[in-house]
Amino acid sequence: MSMLKSTILAGLAALSLGAGAALAAEGGHVTDYRFSFEGPFGRFDQSQLQRGLQVYTEVCAACHGLKFVPFRELAEHGGPAMAENQMRAFAAMHEVTDADTGESRPATPSDHFPPSGLETAPDLSLMAKARAGFTGPHGLLVNQLLRGIGGPEYIATLLHGYTGEEKEEAGAVLYENHTFPGGWISMPPPLSDDMVTYADGTQATVEQMSQDVAAFLMWAAEPKMMARKSAGLTAVLFLLLLTVLLWFTNKKLWAPHKGKHV
Amino acid sequence: MSGIPHDHYEPKTGIEKWIESRLPIFGLIHATLTIPTPKNLNWMWIWGIVLAFCLVMQIATGIVLVMHYTPHVSLAFSSVEHIMRDVNAGWALRYVHANGASLFFFAVYAHIFRGIYYGSYKTPREITWIVGMLIFLLMMATAFMGYVLPWGQMSFWGATVITGLFSAIPLVGVDIQTWLLGGPAVDNPTLNRFFSLHYLLPFVIAALVIVHIWAFHTTGNNNPTGVEVRRTSKAEAQRDTLPFWPYFVIKDLFALVFILTVFAAIVGFMPNFLGHPDNYIEADALKTPAHIVPEWYFLPFYAMLRAITFDVLWINSKLAGVLAMFGSIAVLLVLPWLDTSRVRSGRYRPMFKIWFWLLVVDFVVLTWCGSQPPEQPFVIISQLATLYWFVFFLVILPILGVIEKPLPQPETIEADFREHYGTGEAAMERAAISNPAE
Repeated sequence: MSMLKSTILAGLAALSLGAGAALAAEGGHVTDYRFSFEGPFGRFDQSQLQRGLQVYTEVCAACHGLKFVPFRELAEHGGPAMAENQMRAFAAMHEVTDADTGESRPATPSDHFPPSGLETAPDLSLMAKARAGFTGPHGLLVNQLLRGIGGPEYIATLLHGYTGEEKEEAGAVLYENHTFPGGWISMPPPLSDDMVTYADGTQATVEQMSQDVAAFLMWAAEPKMMARKSAGLTAVLFLLLLTVLLWFTNKKLWAPHKGKHV
Repeated sequence: MSGIPHDHYEPKTGIEKWIESRLPIFGLIHATLTIPTPKNLNWMWIWGIVLAFCLVMQIATGIVLVMHYTPHVSLAFSSVEHIMRDVNAGWALRYVHANGASLFFFAVYAHIFRGIYYGSYKTPREITWIVGMLIFLLMMATAFMGYVLPWGQMSFWGATVITGLFSAIPLVGVDIQTWLLGGPAVDNPTLNRFFSLHYLLPFVIAALVIVHIWAFHTTGNNNPTGVEVRRTSKAEAQRDTLPFWPYFVIKDLFALVFILTVFAAIVGFMPNFLGHPDNYIEADALKTPAHIVPEWYFLPFYAMLRAITFDVLWINSKLAGVLAMFGSIAVLLVLPWLDTSRVRSGRYRPMFKIWFWLLVVDFVVLTWCGSQPPEQPFVIISQLATLYWFVFFLVILPILGVIEKPLPQPETIEADFREHYGTGEAAMERAAISNPAE
């Protein structure tokens, strides 16, 4: 309870009604990658999502989880477009505890990816929406408007933003990373060149893998993005047409009452 | 309903007479639709319709969201993800509802500043204004509690900070805070009561909206000249007005659909632009976000809250900040009695105009300051901007009414309309009928 209380006091301090609270260091450098899914017409690159899934499964999943993402989404429209039987086989490779029987069984399409195996590794289901790569300038949001919020860019830059420097602090090893806020991250550099072998022959450089897994995590966070954009476009066009029609209706309606200056 | 002379509903068929003598529903609908409306209303008079639409949209999407949402600290966050991933078009419902709050506030700020510029709060429309302000306060409470429901980091810490404000009240503050939260800290009881009230308050708002409309249908609309509609005869009133249907219904619909086009683009292409990334991290009482900020529409008031970094006499800075924040809205509530000018519309007030636009700039600057970390130069800018907010309402407005020399106002709404839009055939014909000798 006293822990909770002190946290609340810390929150109030951060609000800084009186004394100025020290803000944590703002995030570091984020590269503005051109992802295929940016902009109103942007679409996920299916092969990139499949490569990203491979990196996630072979590397990230050792510690991190995707607890909000059901396996079935892998075969749904607008995602990595895995074949139905492939997706079922992929799900069955994971063991889950059945909610009804309490027994362990192979996962089915409606089950979710496992949660983080390592307690200190955050869940990645929403990571691409939970980080802002671009802010400012000065809170005017111009960069976010023009370049996007930058979650996937943050992830991609962070994954190859290690300098190679290490330090030990309170018994834990920290790794220097110019993208991570504060500059020191507890995750060791996860990727190295040719760590995975892509089926499509793409060269698995650290930068390539970083971007692929960032794109995959964007999809994991927003699996309905392509449906949303196409529905949005339809809505905009429809409403625009209605706007034009109403403009002329209004003009005609008012015409007998306006027009001649006397 | 309106004091402006116009035709009233007469039931014609037997069934109409039967119903009308028992429940005058047709008369009410007729009076609402045919209400004489000043014909010179400009495009700033469309926000009322936008706001009415927003309320209905938020209630409609909200009711469906509730069918899939679970108000419990261990389930709320995942139930929102369930809506986003498993519910058919759930992502659309949630993004429309979340961004709908932004549209709602954008429209209400435009509506309020329209009212200030054209003196819509002045006699005899004080009650319309005050009811409007009560609606605004309820909107803020509703939006704040709604933002807590997804149970993200900003939900949790925003709730902690804002309910913490009540602890600034001397003697009983901490007890009030505990009572509001349902415990010593933001937890499941808080989430449950916020959920309950977030569902209740929109219906209270809906009731007050009816009172708001009832009040201005009694006084008649204000208009850009601030000159009243002539009421001596029906013929004269008709030269200043046109019926709400179809003239203003179609005009308002055009504006509404145009605004919805922009809204659809935001929801479809950038639904998270106005949100905060931290709210995609589940609430954690042990991790304070580096930078706690409310939604953009609260930023001006948040900036005023933080601007008071010094003790005022025996009042400590925290309580003074809370008083400044509530005071900034309180001055709006009593605005009808702070403005001493007898001229209603800012259009004919050369000095007021300048101070008014400075107030608009001030509001934008406060919004920006509220989004910034509490450090220099933002603290001093917030302090100056807060000072101007109060000086405008408490000093400038009362003095202006005395020292300002207003410009000549048009005699009638008809004259103003003719000057802006010319005379159409309809008015020519009417003139010919009423003056056959010419």
